[in-house]
Amino acid sequence: MRIDEYKQESEMLNPGHNACPGCGAALAVRYLTRALGPNLAIVLTASCWSIISGMPPLTALKCPILHCPFPSAGSVGSGLRRGLNARGQHNTTVVVLAGDGGTFDIGLQALSGAAQRNEDYLFVCYDNEAYMNTGMQTSSATPFGARTNTAPYPLFKEGQKKDIMQIMAAHGIPYAATATVAFPDDMERKLKKAQEIRGFRFMHILSPCPPGWGTDSSDTIHLSRLAVNTGFFPLYEIVNGVSWKMTCQPEGKRTPLKEYLQNQRRFKQMEDLRIEALQEEVDHDWEALQEKIEATKCSD
Amino acid sequence: MAYELMSGSQAAAVAVQRVGVDLVAAYPITPQTAIVETLANFEGKGELGGEFVSVESEYAALACCYGAAAAGARVFTATASHGLAYMHEMIHWCSGARVPIVMVNVNRTIGAPWSLDPDQGDSLSQRDTGWMQIYCSGAQEVLDTVMQAFLLSEELLLPCMVVFDGFYISHTYEAVDVPDLEKTRKFIGPPPFTAQVQPEKPANIHALITGDMQADLVRNRHETMLRAPAVFKEINHRFAETFGRSYGVIDSVMPPGTKKVILAAGATAETVRWTLPELEQTGMVQLRMFRPFPREDLCNLFEAHDIEQVVVIDRNCSTGMGGILAQELQAAVYGMEKPPAVKDIILAGGIDLTPEMLVKALTETASLDKVEQKWGVDLR
Repeated sequence: MRIDEYKQESEMLNPGHNACPGCGAALAVRYLTRALGPNLAIVLTASCWSIISGMPPLTALKCPILHCPFPSAGSVGSGLRRGLNARGQHNTTVVVLAGDGGTFDIGLQALSGAAQRNEDYLFVCYDNEAYMNTGMQTSSATPFGARTNTAPYPLFKEGQKKDIMQIMAAHGIPYAATATVAFPDDMERKLKKAQEIRGFRFMHILSPCPPGWGTDSSDTIHLSRLAVNTGFFPLYEIVNGVSWKMTCQPEGKRTPLKEYLQNQRRFKQMEDLRIEALQEEVDHDWEALQEKIEATKCSD
Repeated sequence: MAYELMSGSQAAAVAVQRVGVDLVAAYPITPQTAIVETLANFEGKGELGGEFVSVESEYAALACCYGAAAAGARVFTATASHGLAYMHEMIHWCSGARVPIVMVNVNRTIGAPWSLDPDQGDSLSQRDTGWMQIYCSGAQEVLDTVMQAFLLSEELLLPCMVVFDGFYISHTYEAVDVPDLEKTRKFIGPPPFTAQVQPEKPANIHALITGDMQADLVRNRHETMLRAPAVFKEINHRFAETFGRSYGVIDSVMPPGTKKVILAAGATAETVRWTLPELEQTGMVQLRMFRPFPREDLCNLFEAHDIEQVVVIDRNCSTGMGGILAQELQAAVYGMEKPPAVKDIILAGGIDLTPEMLVKALTETASLDKVEQKWGVDLR
């Protein structure tokens, strides 16, 4: 967005919210609500945003937020959408907001159910790659090699980060996309595109977490950009589960992953062997993604 | 009057269709399946009036109902046993959220091991979740109570569970007087409550609060629920004027000279009712409302008849304490000038109670003053 196009009145995130300095999730929701508002209703499951949203009667957003138990987000979204429809409020955009725990782990069953039924709402996962609200415990979105408080040094997260986008693609939903806070234009375009589509839509937003990742609060955007430029978190979209498209290429050649990892405390003392292993995983996933994108181009 | 032959489960579904709901979200479980199948059939014929959502779990069913009710929709779900247990977190959440929801629970034993008989422990163990609970003893009662439960729930903004025994009620066919659709819709009216989620109104709905704030809400919920007997009686007064039938929070039969009463909830109450003529100086109380517990109604009844002993039929067992209805009753009569002695017949495992067992139980509990509990299986 150009600075002269910016309108203060379209902001829906109120000042005085409870996010930590440099919180990627606060930024993500700021962009999200600005792009999709004002006729918006949010279902919010247990996550950092349960705190960020403030204590009633205060609220961090200029739209209703319906809080719900941890595993229930996908189902509550289904109910809210249908309930609003029953009351003639078809034009309200329903967004279900969940962290990586509420999406990849405890919320996966409800998410899958709603996606399979092609419920008419947008599910947004802001992914800070661990249970950050409870003080950084491992989730299935935590990347290989990261340390958490349930995998403290000398332990580290074993096993790959769950590939939520492939899982969503396998549901054949109308639209799924990745986004991150360093690329707000890309995020906004995807959000507005998703808003125009009927049926189930999914956005996976990488949201750096300074206290959890052990990074400086001023580094959030830098890290978000590095995640894209290293290929660790590519920006793409999937239409109907089959049509894959890159939306934002890394600037020039992909940056070595080490540059992304080295300033994050959660990857500190990560042995070179493991860095190489993670680099290989990223390379492998990158190639697999390119193949899907090429296959899409060929079939177009 | 239009009598139709139907099972208790079908009666529940017909009640929901007659009331007219915006959304039914449900997941199948024995012995509740006939309810969801009947409702799905209504949708197939375009007669449900709302949407039927086949969700991926019982937890999702109640979560879906919560979302829709928060938007101001009238909703219904039904489950049993393990399904109810699986919903547990949402059951608490929905009462805390003060959304009106009507849910049928068909009693079935919770495992392990797997079991199908209608132990009432599934719903009784949801006692402290903030839901109202009403137990039914027949198909007509199921139909009428489900209809009334919507009015009760919407008036008090508290969810309401309508409960009946698996198989004995759910699968038994009875002649049921099915009320006219238009007459019912007129009686029930549109949902009177305000939507919590209103897109034009920013609100942080059910967000984190302090213990002090929560204390006020819990107190308000408790005091609101204590109004349920009076509201229920008023609903039944109007129901009787329209449909010619009514029910109490407790329903009693007290033959002249009654000094002893049998208290039961659900299908066993019907067995007691039919056995009563064979018993001397014995009355009965069908406990219909379990939450809130109708303490005042029970104490007044016992006091008015100078009741010396209450034999409770508990189709459940709280391990380490005994029958749940007997515990509740003992707490309720404590403080009465002359509280009746409470004896407990425990039909754990959902075992059947025959009239012969009942006669034997009364004889044995009468002669053994100190025996507080009697196991149903020992009465065969």
